[in-house]
Amino acid sequence: MSDSRASGPDAAARFHPASSLDYVPREQLRRLQSQRLKEVVSRVYDHVAFYRRRMDQLGVTPSDIRSIDDVDKLPFTLKSDLRDEYPFGLFAAPLGQIVRLHASSGTTGKPIVAAYTQHDLDVWKNVMVRTFAAAGLSEGDIVQNSYGYGLFTGGLGAHYGAEALGATVIPTSGGNTDRQIMILKDFGVTAICCTPSYFLHVLDRAAEIGIDVRHLPLRVGVFGAEPWTEAMRRRIEELAGIKAYDIYGLTEIIGPGVGAECSGQNGLHIFEDHFYPEIVDPETGRPVPEGADGELVITTLTKQAMPMLRYRSRDITAFLPGSSPSGRTLRRIRRIFHRSDDMFIVRGVNVFPSQIEEALLRVEGTLPHYQITLTRQRGLDDVDVQIEVTPELFSDRVSAMENLQQRLAKAIEQTVNIRVNVSLVEPHSIARSEGKARRVIDKRDL
Amino acid sequence: MKISQISLFLENKPGHLSSVCQTLADAGISIRTLSLADTQRFGILRLIVEDWKRAKAVLEATGCVVNVTDVVATEVEDRPGGLAALLRPLEESGVNVEYMYAFALGNKGRATMVFRFDQPDAAIEILKKSGVSVLGSVNLFRPAT
Repeated sequence: MSDSRASGPDAAARFHPASSLDYVPREQLRRLQSQRLKEVVSRVYDHVAFYRRRMDQLGVTPSDIRSIDDVDKLPFTLKSDLRDEYPFGLFAAPLGQIVRLHASSGTTGKPIVAAYTQHDLDVWKNVMVRTFAAAGLSEGDIVQNSYGYGLFTGGLGAHYGAEALGATVIPTSGGNTDRQIMILKDFGVTAICCTPSYFLHVLDRAAEIGIDVRHLPLRVGVFGAEPWTEAMRRRIEELAGIKAYDIYGLTEIIGPGVGAECSGQNGLHIFEDHFYPEIVDPETGRPVPEGADGELVITTLTKQAMPMLRYRSRDITAFLPGSSPSGRTLRRIRRIFHRSDDMFIVRGVNVFPSQIEEALLRVEGTLPHYQITLTRQRGLDDVDVQIEVTPELFSDRVSAMENLQQRLAKAIEQTVNIRVNVSLVEPHSIARSEGKARRVIDKRDL
Repeated sequence: MKISQISLFLENKPGHLSSVCQTLADAGISIRTLSLADTQRFGILRLIVEDWKRAKAVLEATGCVVNVTDVVATEVEDRPGGLAALLRPLEESGVNVEYMYAFALGNKGRATMVFRFDQPDAAIEILKKSGVSVLGSVNLFRPAT
């Protein structure tokens, strides 16, 4: 490899042609976005009764949309709209053209449906190739895809993207951790895709059976599908000896592939040529000042089967200023670790599980498995944080254990400004999930 | 002459202690002595067994967190002032007893005590100098009959 290449963007990876749009000049991108917005607005106005009704209510017609700057004239789409129009009400293409359906896990009520024409699947593949390329992967990498295959978009989305990149894909899907570890080791896997909490579980298990992942060829993790923190990244990178990249996506928009980190590991580039991002005040719906925190809103510019106008993601983030170290021109958002859905309110204070995670890491430098239980007694909310004792945390002396309990409680209280009970519990006593970790159990009768 | 003690974290819940004991029983490991420190919410079980490495392995295989600590076992004369006499030189030297417990069976007018010192090596030196018999594994697990 020549020196000039080594110092260039994403030096380790061979440049994939699909990535060229990551570097498109802003003015050219704007023209592309404007053109595509006009097309998608016409499409939904003509084919989706819901959008025609909403636009008529706002007195907006497709001819009012002349450039990407007109996007804020369009109506928002809420998650509840997707439920109301379940299952096929938001389709903008006849079923004959729709070649794939996915659905979100949907913890309550009906799932969210996602539909794809062949063109949509090609778009999806394209943004996933760019996702993997941004993480420094290329032809020759061996990718273990531990996202669940099935209705969940993560499995197949990552699968086709990694294949199109030219990597060797092992479709392990989720679960059966011992087999995952065996394949990781025996097949010389260089990259893994899964949720970050599941990967921590894999690392735990590997340590238990005496395998040091740092000694394996694995060098990259592509993690997403749940909010995680910078501290968790550091822990993963240290324990596994890999680079851990954050990716972003949502079923309503396409699945994974909406945004991805590059070698700078500082914010996620949104694939703006397909997904137009805005950040708004979650209360008022108005744009926040540049760089301020708000809710990410996404308009799909190229999807045919189920386009979304101004979809309210409920994810809290901010646009990052400045240019990316990799030279990509696509705007970056700060990594998402606050999802307004995860937030819980205790005694009037907004709390995110990620804050409790940060506190735990600060105290002992490790992230034990934990769960937050909310209860209400005589009108008062109680927060109980159960923390599994690890060999690093355990001592034979009672005073040391009580001290640990107090330190943990204090660190959490300082972070979230409410008093919490910390319970130390036996290892493996908190249920593990193979997919998204369930951090908060709300037993309050609200 | 230090003895390896294993300790386990236990939640204060019915059945947790017995399942640990059953695991050791199934592995044919005999508990020489034990002490359970309990707090309102959790307990710490400390065990002296002969084959502590195997005990640790079988307990860890069931998902327990197991710690190994050096402790010191000594004979204490079973008479008023026996323990006080043993402790005095330690205190004078600033060696601290973190916790202690007794062996189930004594013999011939002597009790056997297990001590968790903050400085086990210093403690052993001091005890030996003051004529206390510090017991090794051989004395503990294969007592002369």
